[in-house]
Amino acid sequence: MFDVNKIRKDFPILERKIWGDKQLIYLDNAATTQKPKIVIDAIVQYYETYNANIHRGVHKLAEEATAAYENVREKVKKYVSCDSNSEIVFTRNTTESINLLAYSLGESFSEGDEILLTEMEHHSNIVPWYLLRNRKKVNIKFAPITDQYELDYEKLEKLITKKTKVISITHKSNVLGTVNDIKKIAKLAKTNGSILIVDAAQSAPHMKIDFSDLGCDFLAFSSHKMCGPTGVGLLVGKKELFEKMSPFLGGGEMIRKVTFEDFTTNDVPWKFEAGTPNIADVIAFGVALDYIQKIGLDSIYKHEIELTQYALTKLRKFDFLKIYAPADVNKHAGIITFANPVVHPHDIATIVDQEGIAIRAGHHCAQPLMKKLGVSATSRASLYFYNTKDEIDVFIGALQKAFDYFELGACKELKEKVGERISK
Amino acid sequence: MIQMKEKHQSRSLPQLDELYKEIILEHYRKPCGREPLDKVDFCAEGMNPLCGDEVKLSLQLKDNKISKVHIEGHGCSISVASGSILADMLKGKTIDEAKNISNCLKNIMHDKETDSKIDLGDLEALEGVKKFPVRIKCALLPWTTFEEALIGHEHVEIS
Repeated sequence: MFDVNKIRKDFPILERKIWGDKQLIYLDNAATTQKPKIVIDAIVQYYETYNANIHRGVHKLAEEATAAYENVREKVKKYVSCDSNSEIVFTRNTTESINLLAYSLGESFSEGDEILLTEMEHHSNIVPWYLLRNRKKVNIKFAPITDQYELDYEKLEKLITKKTKVISITHKSNVLGTVNDIKKIAKLAKTNGSILIVDAAQSAPHMKIDFSDLGCDFLAFSSHKMCGPTGVGLLVGKKELFEKMSPFLGGGEMIRKVTFEDFTTNDVPWKFEAGTPNIADVIAFGVALDYIQKIGLDSIYKHEIELTQYALTKLRKFDFLKIYAPADVNKHAGIITFANPVVHPHDIATIVDQEGIAIRAGHHCAQPLMKKLGVSATSRASLYFYNTKDEIDVFIGALQKAFDYFELGACKELKEKVGERISK
Repeated sequence: MIQMKEKHQSRSLPQLDELYKEIILEHYRKPCGREPLDKVDFCAEGMNPLCGDEVKLSLQLKDNKISKVHIEGHGCSISVASGSILADMLKGKTIDEAKNISNCLKNIMHDKETDSKIDLGDLEALEGVKKFPVRIKCALLPWTTFEEALIGHEHVEIS
């Protein structure tokens, strides 16, 4: 039984007061989520009782640490329903996972090869490909979004050519919340022989992911956006592709043999895990995965849809606000991005912060998308399963204060200005 | 200097009043320096990559004094108001006088000693910003851009 009040007790930070007596209301979950006590305790327990370097030691501590670390790989495999042909590589974050792919896959690309992205990508799924372009002179294309803030699948299909080596796309936009139809794109990619990479940083924490069923070749996501510690990224991929790829970073653990002349690489996944990994945080991430699954992804998704719907109904009462999201709430659950041309998102964020509310203001690491939307910045409230309707009510009240402060809604001149700019 | 309207706001968040002084909001609503220049002697573009605020600043000189200032771009109330005050204040100042004002504002933001003889005019209203450290960059962006314009840089990013 999903009981939000009971769940909230698992998160010590949710007791926090801001600016004296204001209860923290954390609505910046797309940036990072809060951590339950059991995850925090797992880190302490590791360092207090079995801290050791993994894989090479023969002593008891090394054996325990190695087993705990490798056990998380199995947990991740179950979480994303991997089959036996897939592997999990631990990285630092989603960004590093995509950099690894752009670098290692890119080694075999040549001038004129094409990378297909979309207009709704985070910088982490754009810049690694620009870096590859500098090295290999590949061409980068962007599939457009529609005026309904969804991917234009027809145009995307037309942009796929015989030279398209990689299609790399977000599963759920960190700005629009839009969930893309990966299965549909996977069919196109497969027919064309392109590798499909999915940035699941915003989807994996909130919905069931079935790697085999999605039909993509690689899936990247981050621990810290799903109750786990920072510093742990995941890269799920097809073993066969991992085996063909060049290594990314060189050093200990990723080698089989090193001589004065050369080296040979270790097996996948260790081939891509050079140096001592983030052992404590990987182990704690395993605890986070268990925790999320205990609550249940179906319950999480249902709660977030309900909460998003509730927030949208209230937000729409501010008729001067533009909400950047698909009309169907099921397509953007948990993420609400909005703007108006008069009160800047920074000012809104500062004002609601005075009420203890954490939201995001700015370009959300998606400057090309902001340009497409015709704004320089937006405000974003992003939810997780521990948020409540009461918190939404306080947030809406704080927004009202922000607009009152800037006289939006009261001042005729400004209202006209807003109407005029929105109609553009 | 902007003429103050009658006090008309419902100030329900008193702790914010130091940040959003009435003068700041007035400058934000009706920014100065929006008229394009017929001749540009110095110009620079500045941006705050953290939030995407952008400002383009152009200066016209006559008889060794700043005769006209044009400022455009987009940003929050603090950055727009600061740019508006800049456009208003620097007209008629020599380059050295303008630089002194800029330095003075920077010192105030970073809690350093300032030259008390300098008349800061509307800039005094920005003093409350220093209590909101993440917003200091917003207040300084137009001034950093101004300084870059002087040394001939065309583009500046503050970090």
